[in-house]
This record gives sequence, C-alpha cells and structure tokens, in this order.
Amino acid sequence: MAIIEQKTIPLNGDEAVAYAVKQSDVDVVAAYPITPQTIIVERFSEYVANGEVDTEFVCVESEHSALAASLTASLTGARAFTATASAGLALMHEMVYVTAGCRAPVVMAVTNRALSAPINIHCDHSDVMAERDSGWIQLWAENAQEVYDSIIQAFRIAEHPDLMTPVMVNLDGFFLSHTLENVQVLPDNVVRKFVGIRQYPLVSDTQGKKVPFKLDPDFPLTMGPLDLPDYYFEHKRQQEEAMHIAPKIIKQVHDEYAKLSGRSYGNGFVDAYNVDDAEIVTVCLGSTAGTTKTVVDQLRSKGIKAGVLRVRTLRPLPVEDIMRALENKKAVAVLDRSNSVGGQGGPFFHEIRHVLYGAQSHPPIVDYVYGLGGRDMPPALIQNIYKDLEEIAKTGKVKNLVQFAGVRE
Amino acid sequence: MSQQPKGWKEISIAGVCWKPATDYHTGDWRSFKPVRDPKKCTKCLLCHIVCPDAAIQWNKETQDIEFNYDFCKGCGICANECGAKAIVMVQEGGE
Repeated sequence: MAIIEQKTIPLNGDEAVAYAVKQSDVDVVAAYPITPQTIIVERFSEYVANGEVDTEFVCVESEHSALAASLTASLTGARAFTATASAGLALMHEMVYVTAGCRAPVVMAVTNRALSAPINIHCDHSDVMAERDSGWIQLWAENAQEVYDSIIQAFRIAEHPDLMTPVMVNLDGFFLSHTLENVQVLPDNVVRKFVGIRQYPLVSDTQGKKVPFKLDPDFPLTMGPLDLPDYYFEHKRQQEEAMHIAPKIIKQVHDEYAKLSGRSYGNGFVDAYNVDDAEIVTVCLGSTAGTTKTVVDQLRSKGIKAGVLRVRTLRPLPVEDIMRALENKKAVAVLDRSNSVGGQGGPFFHEIRHVLYGAQSHPPIVDYVYGLGGRDMPPALIQNIYKDLEEIAKTGKVKNLVQFAGVRE
Repeated sequence: MSQQPKGWKEISIAGVCWKPATDYHTGDWRSFKPVRDPKKCTKCLLCHIVCPDAAIQWNKETQDIEFNYDFCKGCGICANECGAKAIVMVQEGGE
C-alpha cells in the first residue's frame, strides 16, 4: 500500500485531538471544558455547530457526568469520546474505573496538568498517574503529530472485539496542547475507513443465546449489575487478560497506520533514540523526549554514548521492550514528571525499576523528579543528568537514588 | 447455587448477566424470618405493598398471602407495618 498524500496544517495539540475526533466518525462526545484541555471542547463544539460532524455533543455539568455519559453511550454501541485534565480527571476517578470495568471502549484525551493544591494549571503527570491502575490503555504522545495519529489509532484499539478496553491519549498540557506545530493530516475518507464501523463481541444473554455486547431492545442484556465475592474477581481477571492481548492489537494498528501515513513511533510501545549502543540512558514520557533527543545529539557529537528511551504505552507496560533496551547499560536515569510523595521516587521510576529487577543484569538506576506544576526542563538540566550518569557509569556508585531536578533550595 | 461456579474464561465480559436475577436467591442473606399468624391476619395486603422485594404475593388459588422465602431478606418492614400485629420476626435456626 502506498503512503497516502497528506496536507500539512498548523494545529496545536488540543486542535490535533479535535481534528482527529472530527474525522473518526464519533457518535457521542460528552465533555466539560478545563484548562488546558479547553481547546479540544471548543474546537469540537464548533465542528458540531457548523454541521461538519453528525456527532451528538452533550454539555454536562461536571467531568463525573462527562465520563458517565460517554461510557453509557458507548454501552449502547456508540463510538464515544471525551477529554479532560487535572481536577477534571480526579473528579472522573470513580467513572474511570467503571468505564474500564464495564468494558466500554471510550477514547479520552488527557491534557496532563498538575493537581491542586496549591492550584496550578500547568503540565505535570500527577493527574494521570492517579489513574494508572484503573484498567485503561495509556498512550503517551511526544508532539502534536503523534497526538493526532494516536487518537485515530485509539478508536481501533479500544473497540477491538477481543479487547473492549478504554484508551487514554496523554498530551502534555501547554507544551503540546497550546503549541502550534505543522501537523500532517490524512484525508477524511481515509481516516473514516481506517477507524471503520464498530464491531461487537458476542455475550450470553439470560436465555443462553449469543447476542452482541450492546444495550439493544432487540437483544436485552443486563449490564453493570452487583457483582459479589463469587464473581467480581473473575471479571477483574478478564480485564488483565485483555491487557495481555492488547500489545498484539496495538502493534497491528500502529503498523497498519504506519503503512498508510508513513509515520511510526518506535515499535509502537517504546521509542528508542540512540539506545542500542548507548552506555548511559534516560527514560521519559511525553514531550520531554524532544528536548532530551536534542541533548543526546549534542552529547553524541562529543563522543559520549548517550541515548533516550521514550515509553509510549505506559499501560500495557512494555516490560520486555524496556528490559531489553536497558539491561546492558552502565547507568540509567528515569525522568519523572510526578512524584509519589513518601514513596522513594516518582511512579514512573517505580515502573522502570520494577522491570529491571527481572533483567539479567541490573544497571544502576536513579530517579529525577522534574517539571512539577509546569516547571521548565531546559537542555542544561538534562545535560546535568547525563553528567551524573557518566559519573555513576564510571564509579558504579549511586550517591542519590532520587533527586529533584530544577527545584530551588 | 448448587452448580460449580464458572471460571473467568467461561463467563461473559463486564458482568453481563447470563441468568435472570430470580435465579439468585437473595433470601439466603436473611437472619430473621417473618412468620405470619393467619388467625390475626386481616388480609389487608399492606405487607404486600411495603415489601421492598416483591417477596409477599397474593395467591389467587388459596386466596391467601404467601411469603417467598427465596427472596425475603428479612428486613422486617412487613412486621413493623402490620396493623394487626400478625407478623413476627423469628431468628433463623432459632425455631
């Protein structure tokens, strides 16, 4: 299949989300605006007002209702989308778990923002880390182009009948949401064909008949009932199984999309930049990877064997990919844009260090909590981290397991 | 509930019910059981109205009130509301 000719248009990250949703034949969008996600809701409501989409747009009174409406629309068989950030995601918390447990394939953009208090509207990852264990697939974008591409892929992944698992697409607040980039967009009909028409897995009704998994008066089903100690555990085990199947589907969708668009993101799970022959490696999520890649280029030009591993799917965690990329390195630093207060490092550090425990050899691994509440992460700070890694690689000794990069003493 | 419970590979996703709610005998949650004295009962059917679980029915054939102990959770509302004091709550296993 030849790569499709595409036009390049200026879009910020939020607009890239709205544009991708416009093209993805979405039936229901229920959302509540919150900085820095607001542009998604504004742009999309313009598409609705202009008649550019036939989506039912539901104005709700809170984020809890936004996700409740999206999830229930999804259970009737509709393709549903919502978006939020920070306190909005925190208010959704209950419904985040309900959506995953009801196996409603909702797609949600999360424009990552710090949690209060003190109140702050800027980027960090503490909002979404609180939802890490909720049962959603998590895609993380490095730039507006990847935001656009990931939203389109997310519908195909979430709605796969073997998966039926909601997908979050994470984009860094302001750094991505409000920064204008040149974004290549596929023609409407190509996206529509790519996302396709939603298919439904079959489930047993009360008569033992196999019926499509959706609320339909022609095939009555009871969804979301009380589930006591005799069966709740089995349903939770099924969700874990879906996460085991997910990598196959994520890969298939990523590769098929790459053939169409010419764009791929590492192997779909991790994006390894100069990692193969590297001695010192940083591991990060989201837009920080862009700055870090520039620093890696500078270090490489001086003969320093530096690399950066960006994780694209935090859930399911690509354990094998991370392990293979890091196990033979001399020193590894995790860049954490959130902190687990009192937990010895941020949540991302815990994930990566946990993976390395199963590796053949254990490189020394340290954590840098950075950028909380939108604090900048300039190249100089990243250069200092690589300097620390050179020292650790030389001596094999870790002086500080967890440090805070960019905080004033 | 006599059958062997199913495993996660056999059941539908998301807790979709594969059997009707009436197959689930919530009456086994009960610790107190309502017992009616037919001599005191005036058959006013107030108990039928106040029962939150439709566990008190009118039997057309016998022309009498019938308790369905498969679904009576023993909440005691019927006994509390009965004007004729015809219903008493008796501890299960205590008869």
